[in-house]
Amino acid sequence: MNLLPLLSSRNQTLTTAQIMLLVLVAALPGILVMAVFFGSGILMNIAWLILCAAVLEAVVLKIRNKPVRKSLGDYSAVVTALLLAVSLPPAAPWWLGLTGIFFAIVVAKHLYGGLGYNPFNPAMVGYAVLLISFPVEMTRWLLPSGAVAQLPDFSSVLSSFLGQTATTMDALVGATALDQFKLDRGSQTIAEYWTDNPLFGTLSGTGWEWINAGFLAGGLYMLYRNIITWHIPAAVLGTMAMMALLFYDGGSSASHGSPFFHLFGGAAMLGAFFIATDPVSGPTTNTGKLYYGVLIGLLIYSIRIWGSYPDGVAFAVLLANFAAPGIDHFIRLSKQGSSHAE
Amino acid sequence: MTELLLILVGAVLVNNFVLTQFLGLCPFMGVSGKVETAVGMSAATLFVLTLASACSYLVFHYLLVPLGLEYLRTISFIVVIAAVVSMTEMIMHKTSPLLYRILGIFLPLITSNCAVLGVALLNINQAHSFTESVLYGFGAAAGFSLVLILFAAMREKMQQCDIPEPFQGPAIAMITAGLMSLAFMGFTGMV
Repeated sequence: MNLLPLLSSRNQTLTTAQIMLLVLVAALPGILVMAVFFGSGILMNIAWLILCAAVLEAVVLKIRNKPVRKSLGDYSAVVTALLLAVSLPPAAPWWLGLTGIFFAIVVAKHLYGGLGYNPFNPAMVGYAVLLISFPVEMTRWLLPSGAVAQLPDFSSVLSSFLGQTATTMDALVGATALDQFKLDRGSQTIAEYWTDNPLFGTLSGTGWEWINAGFLAGGLYMLYRNIITWHIPAAVLGTMAMMALLFYDGGSSASHGSPFFHLFGGAAMLGAFFIATDPVSGPTTNTGKLYYGVLIGLLIYSIRIWGSYPDGVAFAVLLANFAAPGIDHFIRLSKQGSSHAE
Repeated sequence: MTELLLILVGAVLVNNFVLTQFLGLCPFMGVSGKVETAVGMSAATLFVLTLASACSYLVFHYLLVPLGLEYLRTISFIVVIAAVVSMTEMIMHKTSPLLYRILGIFLPLITSNCAVLGVALLNINQAHSFTESVLYGFGAAAGFSLVLILFAAMREKMQQCDIPEPFQGPAIAMITAGLMSLAFMGFTGMV
């Protein structure tokens, strides 16, 4: 594999494998920050899911009599595994990751014919299945290091991965910033809430703003390398910021959080740059991409504020995937209509 | 006003008739092959469902309740719905041939759409007023239409997919509907 194209700014035509490698490189800053805050559990998730994804992909390709080496070599399964792995709580039990990646690779991808055909984002299908089936396991996030807790040592991470509920871990897990903000705030104003909860940093919770900054950096790198276009991330983040601004009342007890809190909290940047931009499950035209991005932004904010789930990226992306062929269809119709009128 | 808006959003998205209450699945699977037919079916359903929920409200509150015959509601609603559909068909045939041509074949199909009966019965169960009943019927039909049209567009796109042979046709359509239902779980708790 020639790694030189990773460094040059413009590409001629990249193969799928090269694009996927670039996506993996772009995800590195965010993952490194996550590893700093959440420790080895997150790397454990990534390694385990990549292994499972590769095996499942190979088995399905074998059953379907397709060339195994060629399809495995395009790294698309690795990208799916990575996106699902960073969405899972650090040091998730092994069966949780395996169930999720099974639904991602086998159901969402290969039942529809494999790479290039999946109507839904595979990683998000896996995540949504897990969130609905195992809500308790899916909300046991580690507290980020530094603020209130120490990171667990490697042996408790390992036993948690093997499915034993270590008591040492129980003290170290808790709700994420978005979770707490939504459920336990009571009638405090935002300023009071920040001072009462050392878990939260200045913007959106210790750790989370840096994780989002890491994924933002990776996203900008992908933009610079022309792997993604600006339409979807700009529409998603712009809409989220607009909505947050519209419903932000300066930090009273009924406030829903500042635009910064929403843009740098939860999976906002990961969703906008890495998940929503999947070229297969989104619309094909640039106008369509703008509508699609606005829809995702609206849905993320609505689910975070008015729904019962703390973060809405996965559901928002799935719902927009569902709408994408319709968006394409009606844009095509209106183009035909205007060309008839001329 | 907020109450009415919540009923509408609830019926269209949160408690979507097809994807969360699993009503009206036969036309959802049957008429979603092409976007054009899905649009026709949607228009017909919107019209009939709104009208039928108004009529069944009137029949229940001004005929069945005074006579003490509430237990006959299911059977009388079926009659009301069938009558509304046939009346619409006849009137449309005479007055607007164009509309009849667009909606014609879909109208009789709606009689057997369980979502229509479902709306009429749910309106009674949830003690909706007349305005609320009509709005609930309209919202249910709008949610049905939204999902039906988007599903049809997705199925048209899936024609080009290299789907493994055992899963082609209705099998993959069912799986897709399941995944869509999964996505609609995201609306939980909004109303």
